[in-house]
Amino acid sequence: MEKILVGLKRVVDYNVRVRVKNDGSGIETDGVKMSINPFDEIALEEALRMKERGEASEVIVISVGPGEAQQQLRTGLAMGADRAIMVESATPVDPLSVARIFKTIIDRDGIDLVLLGKQAIDNDNSQTAQMLAAIWERPQATFASQIDMNGDKATVTREVDVGLEVVEIDLPAVISVDLRLNEPRYVKLPDIMKAKKKPLDQVALDEFDIESAPAIKELTFEPPAERERGVMVDDVAGLVAALKDKGLA
Amino acid sequence: MSKILVVAEHDGSALNPSVAKAVACAVSIDSAEIDVVVLASDAAAVAQEAAELEHVSRVLTIERPENSYAISAVLAPQVVAISGNYTHVLGPSSTYGKDLMPQIAALLGVNQVSDIMSVIDSHTFKRPVYAGSGLALVEAPADSIVIGTVRIASYSSVAGGNSASIESVDVSVDLPAHTRFIELKSGVSDRPDLQTSAIVVSGGRALASEENFDLIYKLADKMGAAVGASRAAVDAGYVPNEVQVGQTGKIIAPDLYIAIGISGAIQHLTGIKDAGTIVAINKDEEAPIFEVADIGLVADLFDAVPKLIEALD
Repeated sequence: MEKILVGLKRVVDYNVRVRVKNDGSGIETDGVKMSINPFDEIALEEALRMKERGEASEVIVISVGPGEAQQQLRTGLAMGADRAIMVESATPVDPLSVARIFKTIIDRDGIDLVLLGKQAIDNDNSQTAQMLAAIWERPQATFASQIDMNGDKATVTREVDVGLEVVEIDLPAVISVDLRLNEPRYVKLPDIMKAKKKPLDQVALDEFDIESAPAIKELTFEPPAERERGVMVDDVAGLVAALKDKGLA
Repeated sequence: MSKILVVAEHDGSALNPSVAKAVACAVSIDSAEIDVVVLASDAAAVAQEAAELEHVSRVLTIERPENSYAISAVLAPQVVAISGNYTHVLGPSSTYGKDLMPQIAALLGVNQVSDIMSVIDSHTFKRPVYAGSGLALVEAPADSIVIGTVRIASYSSVAGGNSASIESVDVSVDLPAHTRFIELKSGVSDRPDLQTSAIVVSGGRALASEENFDLIYKLADKMGAAVGASRAAVDAGYVPNEVQVGQTGKIIAPDLYIAIGISGAIQHLTGIKDAGTIVAINKDEEAPIFEVADIGLVADLFDAVPKLIEALD
């Protein structure tokens, strides 16, 4: 296998407690810490391990979104990716259009494997990997918790509702990764310095001749209904009494 | 008026309970007709179950040997082939639906509405974002087909007792052979199903070992409950992945949820916010789980849970 493409989305950091803006126009992101989508980081870690095992020769990271996502691409380069592609768009890009952009890069650069996070933790859509596989007419293995490469095939263990499902897919293919696949490495300072010299191509979204897909429009946002804090009981007897009170024991 | 197609999740012999809930979502759309499609190698038993669901007009079966196991790249083109008559195609937001439905959307050139939790009108829906920290009102394009996944915990199953007609459909599309099912490793248990059980007992990191998790199983058995777990407990290897509750696990809505030794990270809470009553047992009185618990007990679980099991005798 030659080349692995990894998508890195810039999202609000996993640890930030996000809030809906008071006017309902969106989610408060001003001054909030931004990071690589955690699932995408796991995808990159897996790609790097494949390269280190000699199963791939080049790892390319790509982001579609605001120019600030270059920070996340630089982090990806510092983790060990060979080069980066920044597809810049001031406005949010819908999953099908992202899939079509990835497909254009695949055709241009000759990609053998695309590793993506199983979902982005901002919109929680979980669509891009599946859409890419569909329009590329290549195999997909979503929610991967183990990937074993075997020449031009991969055996993938998937986390599904009833347990673990094992599938074999032919390359080229798309794999979306789940949390338990690996634990991403920490970036070391010398690697950050080295990453500054690695190539980062910037391309404007409108340079891509892709068919525009109608987006699902986000009209307004509201905070979820709060559950009210209930009663505290002193001991197990109190707990059993409270359950009986509600007809639950 | 809308014409809606629901894609039936099944395991080859039985209809998944999520389908009755996806149909309930379809009912809440102004619909003239709701059809269910069953893709299988032998669809008879599953189709029969689907035909019993209230509000279903017709059950369509597409029987091909390639459909003996759910491979989305195989199923998607077949659903697309019959989608022309419909305004909406819906599937459950389970790993089955999440895997399949975006493929259908992409082949039809549209984006998907993921995790529909309520229907405002035929093209406007509410869905959670940021692990449920926000609810977005979203609008699908008025002039294209709507492809959506249904957040199962948001809907109650439609009733049974119907006898919709069952029609076999021939679909002639080429199917790929690039993806092959090898095996399913399932922690088969005779305990109640996590996603449909009325009571769920869940354990977290504080259980501290696989052996200690027996306490959770014992309490669950006593209460006739399904067993769940936090991500931390799964990551630590105390329990298998399929019992994880939360943003990246299962979203559930039992009548009673008992969280034991679970601190209550937002990613976990998003999986239980539709539960009827939440009970929390945790020795840290500052644990965020107490902010959402209806009944809270600050206690060492190794002391409290055996006492609770005894008290329920």
